[in-house]
Amino acid sequence: MSGYLTGVLVVLAFNVIAAYAVYLPLAAGQLNLGIAGFMAIGAYASAFLTNEYMWPMWAAIPLGAALAGLVGLLIGVPVLRTHGIYLAMATFALGQVISAIFLNLEVVGGAAGYPVTDYAGPYVVYAAAAGVVVLMLLVSRTRFALCLTAVKSDATVADLLGVSVRGMKVAAFALGAAVAGFGGGLYAHHYSFVEAQHFNVLLSVFTVLYVLFGGTQTVWGPLVGAAFFTLVPELLRASDQWRYALFAVFIILFMAVRPQGLVTSSLFRLFRRKAEAA
Amino acid sequence: MSAALAISGLSKSFAGVRAIRDLSFTVPKGVTTALIGPNGAGKTTVFNLVSGVYGVDAGRIEVNGQDVTHMPSRKRISTGVARSFQNIRLMPHLSVLENLLVGQHVRASSLGALLTPYRLFPNHRWKREARAALEESGLGRWADEMVSALPYGVRKRIDLVRATLAGASLLMLDEPAAGLNPSETNALRDHLKALMAKGVTLLVVEHDMHFVDSICENVVVLNFGEKIAEGPLSRVRQEKLVREAYIGTDEEA
Repeated sequence: MSGYLTGVLVVLAFNVIAAYAVYLPLAAGQLNLGIAGFMAIGAYASAFLTNEYMWPMWAAIPLGAALAGLVGLLIGVPVLRTHGIYLAMATFALGQVISAIFLNLEVVGGAAGYPVTDYAGPYVVYAAAAGVVVLMLLVSRTRFALCLTAVKSDATVADLLGVSVRGMKVAAFALGAAVAGFGGGLYAHHYSFVEAQHFNVLLSVFTVLYVLFGGTQTVWGPLVGAAFFTLVPELLRASDQWRYALFAVFIILFMAVRPQGLVTSSLFRLFRRKAEAA
Repeated sequence: MSAALAISGLSKSFAGVRAIRDLSFTVPKGVTTALIGPNGAGKTTVFNLVSGVYGVDAGRIEVNGQDVTHMPSRKRISTGVARSFQNIRLMPHLSVLENLLVGQHVRASSLGALLTPYRLFPNHRWKREARAALEESGLGRWADEMVSALPYGVRKRIDLVRATLAGASLLMLDEPAAGLNPSETNALRDHLKALMAKGVTLLVVEHDMHFVDSICENVVVLNFGEKIAEGPLSRVRQEKLVREAYIGTDEEA
């Protein structure tokens, strides 16, 4: 495999993981605009464990993910009292605060960045991303996923049917944070370097775009959205400096035609009907 | 035997307006009861107080002998009370079967149940149970449809099946017959009678007096948040206060 292709696929893998981190809370109707902050927690925590305590990365990265999830849980309890645009603003600020903390934390290199001693090769990254996708597919087959959809579509009725609306929201938010932390830890170990500036607002916003573009109704949306956002700009490389303008036109067109995202549940039903008819 | 629903001294105000005033009434088990009264009398507010959508200002609510007055709304389903809304509140982007599965939640809310990937098993017992409940009500062919694509009358009845799957023994129905055509109304009546035969107690808010007459044994009449009459419809409709407040405005009713 050429170095270029490997590089693109690695970026795709990271984007897919990040997209699922945003998708989980969004499946319950909660927009997390601070996903980069949780990636930073996973990245720095796991890098710290491999650098300072000589932990193997297969233990350090999951622990970094767990820590990001724990922070998500603790912060989710108060933050998820807010709704809609206020929740988006709160999580946005949260992401900023977290990366600002790391930027000033000298123990992990501060603004100079933090080199990581252990290395995760591209195949480790692919396998990890595939693992996240499989895990998400499994989760989407559970009652937990059904409850998230119920909370998103009618919280009052879900509550009256006995669903713990707050519990579901907090769980989805914390799980999303853990997935983000996992992606962050992997990122640190693949590029062998962490810097706080990488985990910025643009990263959070782009990740949300993948998910909205792919669609939040089914578990496939984030995968398709992340793939589109990663691969299409590469395919448009031939058009040189116009590629970003073309890409933007594509996005606007698609969102106009499919405001619910590329992959919707009715699309699946259509395919199923056709398959049955054939 | 304890009552399905016992309300005593219930009061609720909104911004100084007293929506419910010192209301007391009882729904004995198995006695289908109608809650009637003119628009704005507080009927839906009673449902919202019993289901816990609103908190009470004063008074006490008991469901099947359990005090639910200050119980969080999501816990009340486990006492056996479920409700429908005036505008049907099924989840539009879910299939009929998935809506019913949400209805089962109260009986399948352990961590293990939540994390079982049941959708990988085409014949999982939860799906079998939901399908069987649909078949029993003659709605089997709608199982895999999206709710938003269904006729209104069918959606009303799927709402009932969902409440049944939640294990409801006291079902509060907010204008079940509103907006239905005569054949849909008959199907609904048959469905409700089947539920009654199974021992489900119904409390119905309804404007259609023929419908009330055909299923309800007892009637509680509200006006301006107060109970003004109670008893069988044939007797209640003769009372002067009631005629003035409500039925008297429509002799045909």
